[in-house]
Amino acid sequence: MAWQWFHRLGSPRWFYQKTSGWLPWLALASVVLLVTGSVWGLGFAPEDAKQGNSYRIIFIHVPAAFLALAGYYIMAISGAIGLIWKMKLSFAVMRAAAPIGAVLTFISLFTGAVWGKPTWGTYWVWDARITSMLILLFLYIGVMALSQAVSREQVADKASALLALVGTVNIPIIYKSVDWWFTLHQPATIRLTESSSIDPSMFYPLLVMIAGFYCTYAWTLLTHTRALILRRDMKTQWVQQELVGEK
Amino acid sequence: MSLTDVQSPVVGARATPGFAALFKIEMLLALRKRADIANPLLFFVTVLALLPLGVGPEPELLAKMAPGMIWVMALLATMLSQESLFRGDFEDGTLEQLALLPQPLYFAVLAKSLVHWIATGLPLALLSPLLALMLNLPTEGYLCLFVSLFLGTASLSLIGAIGAALTVALRRPGLLLALIVMPLYVPVLIFGTGAVQAAIDGYAYSAQLAILAALLAAAAALAPLAAAGAIRISLDN
Repeated sequence: MAWQWFHRLGSPRWFYQKTSGWLPWLALASVVLLVTGSVWGLGFAPEDAKQGNSYRIIFIHVPAAFLALAGYYIMAISGAIGLIWKMKLSFAVMRAAAPIGAVLTFISLFTGAVWGKPTWGTYWVWDARITSMLILLFLYIGVMALSQAVSREQVADKASALLALVGTVNIPIIYKSVDWWFTLHQPATIRLTESSSIDPSMFYPLLVMIAGFYCTYAWTLLTHTRALILRRDMKTQWVQQELVGEK
Repeated sequence: MSLTDVQSPVVGARATPGFAALFKIEMLLALRKRADIANPLLFFVTVLALLPLGVGPEPELLAKMAPGMIWVMALLATMLSQESLFRGDFEDGTLEQLALLPQPLYFAVLAKSLVHWIATGLPLALLSPLLALMLNLPTEGYLCLFVSLFLGTASLSLIGAIGAALTVALRRPGLLLALIVMPLYVPVLIFGTGAVQAAIDGYAYSAQLAILAALLAAAAALAPLAAAGAIRISLDN
């Protein structure tokens, strides 16, 4: 009985109906957290001693980079679950996670470039962290391209799940790149195990932003997954009832 | 080679076709299509010959670029020749027969990757001192370049097999294969060029070579598994 929820999770219909109630709350949480975080971070956090105001892009850059990496795990793990337990729903989550992750990776690369100009004097360097994030973008695009290229949906699901899994070998390298190759990019500022090298007055708004990005990610992922579920189950009765209402 | 020869381990009296038989068949096939072996090498040499024409023939500049250029060209040559790794067997149905064998598909992939490496990676590694000479690479780097290519191209063949297996059912896999496989090549490229650079600069480079060897061990253990899974998925298509 304990596993009942897990089996239910395999049903797109159950998932769709269950998550309907979550969406407004997630949306509310995202908006509140993001607004609070941006106002706090951009308006009230102190100026950085060395970088002046330009450091404030950290409030977008770091959360986006966080989610870009975490999003790859979400994609790969849901792909693995789909391969192992042959769950349709899990594949839908994987498919939905790919473009979101790609966009977040792009945002973190773009904000990094914008931030790099005033602080390092250059938009782009072949630094370990930047290059490995670019590789992450290619990994995402590869998964998306493969899933588009294979015409049969079930085959495309499995193939892209396998590719996502294979790609995970690069993720630890991306994570640790700033510590292993000490080049231009600063080492990780936020650490879970020891005290962070960032002042609390900047750290708290950053945490709020990270929480806000997580909520937004969950919200976007759910919305996208639900859309995919509707499209895939287009011909079933429950979707028709859901969209058209009771006949 | 006719289909019956290829199928002989499947239907033949020998009950243990095994890795060795598959390897022998693949090797024979590779030897009979010599152009397929020569093409990646020619590609490798031609592009490297274009390099001095493109960036200028200054010896210092070439010496600086040599390790990276040789490595990137090895990457491209491996990838381009990999597209056809499973294609012929997929089209004539041999791949399905291999998938039906009682022995794991793992060994078939391993045999094919090994032959692919012997046909492309190994000659590239053997040829590399000559190219290093042409590109004016400092002599300290020769041995390291050879060893790093020797280890690294084997990993590339194994990793590329995953991409080739994933795209075998597609009509035009070329660019998609590049998109899929290139990011996976990155660790090998980083440590391969890192080793050569360290050797040129006069530092110890055994650590990088050890990592390359470790990558190869991991690729040999895991990549054929992933590729075998990908073949089974592609056969569903």
